[in-house]
Amino acid sequence: MTDIRYVAPQTLDEAIGAYAAAGSAARILAGGTDLLVQMRSGAVKPGLIVDIKKVRELTAVEEISGGGFRIGAAVPGAVLAEHPRFRQTWPGVLEAVNLIGSTQVQGRASAGGNLCNASPAGAIVTVQGPDGRRELKVEDVPAGPGRTNLKPGEILVSFTLPPRPPGSSDAYLRMIPRTEMDIAVVGCGVSLTLKDGVCTHARVGLGAVAPTALLVEPAAQALIGSRLDDTALTAAANACRAACRPIDDKRGTIAYRTQIAGVLLKRTTNIAAERAQGK
Amino acid sequence: MNIVVNNKWIGQRTIRPDGVDKVTGRAAFAADTAMPGMIWGKVLRSPHPHARIRSIDTSRAEALPGVKAVVTSRDVVDFPLDKSVMLGIQDMRWMCRNVMARDKALFPGHPIAAVAATTEAIAAKACELIEVDYEVLPWSIEIDDAIRPDAQILHESITFQGKPSNIVGQLEHKKGDIEAGFKQADVIIERTFTTRPVHQGYIEPHACLISVAADGKTTIWSSSQGQFMVRAMTAYLTGIPQSDIRAIPAEIGGGFGGKTIVYLEPLATLLAKKSGRPVKMVMTREEVMRATGPTSGSKNTVKIGARKDGTIVAAQGTFYLQAGAFPGSPIRGAAGCSFAPYDIANVLSVGYDVCSNRSKVAAYRAPGAPIGAYAVECVLDEVAESLNMDPLDFRLKNAAKQGTKAAHGPVFPRIGYIETLEAAKTAPHYSTPIGKLQGRGVASGFWFNAGGESSAQVNITEDGNVVVTTGHPDIGGSRAGIANICAELLGIDYRRVSVIIGDTQTVGFSNLTGGSRVLFASAMVVTQAAEKVINTLRERAAKIWEIDPEAVKWENGAAHPASPNAGQFEPLTLEDLAEKAPMQGGPIGAGVQLNTQGADGGFGTHICDVEVDIELGIARVIRYTAVQDVGRAVHPGYVEGQLQGGVAQGIGWALNEEYIYRSDGKVDNPGFLDYRMPVCSDLPMLDTILVEVPNPKHPQGVKGVGEVPLVPVMAAVANAIYRATGKRFYALPMSPPKVLEGLEQPIQQAAE
Ligand SMILES: Cc1cc2nc3c(=O)[nH]c(=O)nc-3n(C[C@H](O)[C@H](O)[C@H](O)COP(=O)(O)OP(=O)(O)OC[C@H]3O[C@@H](n4cnc5c(N)ncnc54)[C@H](O)[C@@H]3O)c2cc1C
Repeated sequence: MTDIRYVAPQTLDEAIGAYAAAGSAARILAGGTDLLVQMRSGAVKPGLIVDIKKVRELTAVEEISGGGFRIGAAVPGAVLAEHPRFRQTWPGVLEAVNLIGSTQVQGRASAGGNLCNASPAGAIVTVQGPDGRRELKVEDVPAGPGRTNLKPGEILVSFTLPPRPPGSSDAYLRMIPRTEMDIAVVGCGVSLTLKDGVCTHARVGLGAVAPTALLVEPAAQALIGSRLDDTALTAAANACRAACRPIDDKRGTIAYRTQIAGVLLKRTTNIAAERAQGK
Repeated sequence: MNIVVNNKWIGQRTIRPDGVDKVTGRAAFAADTAMPGMIWGKVLRSPHPHARIRSIDTSRAEALPGVKAVVTSRDVVDFPLDKSVMLGIQDMRWMCRNVMARDKALFPGHPIAAVAATTEAIAAKACELIEVDYEVLPWSIEIDDAIRPDAQILHESITFQGKPSNIVGQLEHKKGDIEAGFKQADVIIERTFTTRPVHQGYIEPHACLISVAADGKTTIWSSSQGQFMVRAMTAYLTGIPQSDIRAIPAEIGGGFGGKTIVYLEPLATLLAKKSGRPVKMVMTREEVMRATGPTSGSKNTVKIGARKDGTIVAAQGTFYLQAGAFPGSPIRGAAGCSFAPYDIANVLSVGYDVCSNRSKVAAYRAPGAPIGAYAVECVLDEVAESLNMDPLDFRLKNAAKQGTKAAHGPVFPRIGYIETLEAAKTAPHYSTPIGKLQGRGVASGFWFNAGGESSAQVNITEDGNVVVTTGHPDIGGSRAGIANICAELLGIDYRRVSVIIGDTQTVGFSNLTGGSRVLFASAMVVTQAAEKVINTLRERAAKIWEIDPEAVKWENGAAHPASPNAGQFEPLTLEDLAEKAPMQGGPIGAGVQLNTQGADGGFGTHICDVEVDIELGIARVIRYTAVQDVGRAVHPGYVEGQLQGGVAQGIGWALNEEYIYRSDGKVDNPGFLDYRMPVCSDLPMLDTILVEVPNPKHPQGVKGVGEVPLVPVMAAVANAIYRATGKRFYALPMSPPKVLEGLEQPIQQAAE
């Protein structure tokens, strides 16, 4: 029955100050599509809400030298979709962000607020807290369902997606029983680079098949050096299945999730490869 | 009658009277109401599936600042178990125990106590402070568990075959000699099917605001499918006479049968009475999913025998339906409707009502009929296949028609089932080629439809327009339909007719919005009332013209001399006569109350195309056509909407919707994220074909249309999945993990 305080600072320092000072009772508000749902269900009862959408750095999409991108942690998916060049370079990342919810939800939901998705992009995440700024690999942010490796008072500032060599692209697919407004039973992201039809670089991410998103190195290795033929795809699919540590729950069974992880790997790789070849 | 009807408005897609309010957000749903001094009610619910309640201590809750009243089952009128008191199809013995557990809690979510406090948060906190001493009992949810000989009995007073049992009711329909029938068969197919409980999924949760004045006069604003049902049940359960309860129907955000009983109203009334303050209660989605009626889960065995020439000679069905915590599952719909589309000489159809520890079922569109039809229509598909017959031809060969005696009793009057089969056969959809991993299924369905009590008042305003008051909450377009009919009869623009849903103290008794009855029944009373009004108008004109009323006809919104012999007079319009009313006999209006009869059953035939992603196990409906005999489509847009809505719900039931229970007996998916109703993008455009075989017993030919369209859907989808994959599924939902599991073997074999 205690009141909730709400602040919307203009600068990152003010945001961190307020957030750190309030301790565990505080919550960051980006799009609110998770937070407000949790508050309504009574799962969280914050004493302070720090709305970060007024901080410029957190809501900006910037191109960095060499063709990479820096995306503010609170940028909604719909805004990212409207960027004139992001789609060409990172179609799979955009796909992943804009599979969230529905058109209405995408107008609010941010990648920063999500980060439980299997983002395979090799992105670097910038975080800032009372002790200053640091950088993390994106895959190191989640610690488990509902937990992150951010320290008390730290705010996620931005994602940095590196420049890409020619012949690179990516794709993201997820299995949901419905067509939208659903939670992934399995998600799969593939980022790759092709040179003369041969895969020279690959990253493979899986979501919803383990406590956190998985970066599946053996699957990437199975693709690298191949022409993405059936043998390589089957090996990569099997590597994905082997990496799965899913649970049986209302959203899917262990057997189903494991099977689907391999199916999605093949489909996602094919889409990424077509895009890399400019098809 | 001397009323000339040009059929200008009946059959037109007029603008719906509630449209602007709904689109602009002005429509007042139950949760939109507020009163000065209003406080909030909350329900404490059982965490256990089955427990004896040894004691309830509310003292700490009552002591919490802000708490204004606490009620328990002691405050609810008791209906002793030895005497049944029926209100419609509901037994008040069960109703009183469903709104508030008495000696036992029978499902997780069963109300134990209710609190009213100045804020929702205080009320919720007070619920936590109520101490309940439970003796936890063994429980069962699934039918197989509930009917085991050693199962814990929910209601010791109910016996089956001489012993206390969770089988709490049985119903049998018999025709001919079933044994002899199967002996004539060349092909016999018998299969067992299971379906899961599914929720009606209305978007608006149950809500009410109730004020009890110091003199006991009670006002209820609530969302329901019947303000008179709300009044009667609340009166029964609180002891307040019906004459003191004014139940005002709010605009309703969906019901589909689920709002034909009360949950909150008696509790809010008791809290309001105790506290002296208006009490508002709004369920959360989670409460809706845990504690309001989904329909039954079921287990059904169907056996059908046919001769080589395609004649069905015998059909047998055994339908076990979950009732939930109290007796009353829709076995009548399952056992009665499933074989009704067919002229079969020998039928035995038996239904069993099974209690178990989940929330009490509530009606859901053609209650029970979709469950039975799913089993029967899937077996028919197999029989047709084994006879090498087209499934529509097979149905045509056996179709019920005028004069057919149905196993559930009636001899059919003129019905339109054959017309639906023929329309399906000639529909372009049925002959369009389909692609790889796609399949096309068909299925039919029947629903009884209902008539019953309706009242209406038709009044002419002083400026010559029309106000019609009826007594049924409008959930399917009844206001628009009535406006069309009234405009037609009175010969005026439909925009001059305003249709209002009255409250219990301003319009005569009108039974529930249910059973697909509302337009059928209210069109009858409105027609009779409008005819009375027209007679008055003719009499007034006759008086002014000083001629015989029989020499006056009503046409195009005005009185005219019936023929040149009657004399030469300028027509008198509705406005003219309204203006002259004060000098010519006073206000013009008429009320009619009837127990309407003649609501004959409805039939539909559906065609469904699916495409199956065999690697992911996802079946998607890619094309759908629902054909139905609708009698007369008074407002075709609304009729199509009813068909499309029923189909959408059936596709959800077929493919993804289900109650998932945890090992502790609680529902694991009490929200729309994991209880997967279809979203828009899951469905193709749902096409409809309206076959109009007018009901001869109705002034406009109306038949009920709202429930039939859910009946055939699950079987149509299942039959389509079979045609796409070569695999038959005998359990719903056909969700991706189950489809993939079912497909795995043949796929591996194909790969070898
Ligand atoms: C209808 C609906 C459908 C959905 N569908 C999907 C779906 O398909 N797939 C899916 O993965 N999710 C889905 N979600 C969940 C949600 O939309 C996503 O997780 C979304 O990305 C969250 O972003 P947000 O900006 O709204 O987060 P918020 O709700 O604002 O924040 C989420 C959490 O992260 C914290 N947080 C936010 N920003 C920062 C930051 N910069 N630094 C530190 N902490 C921060 C918040 O305090 C909060 O605890 C859905 C939600 C809804 C309501």
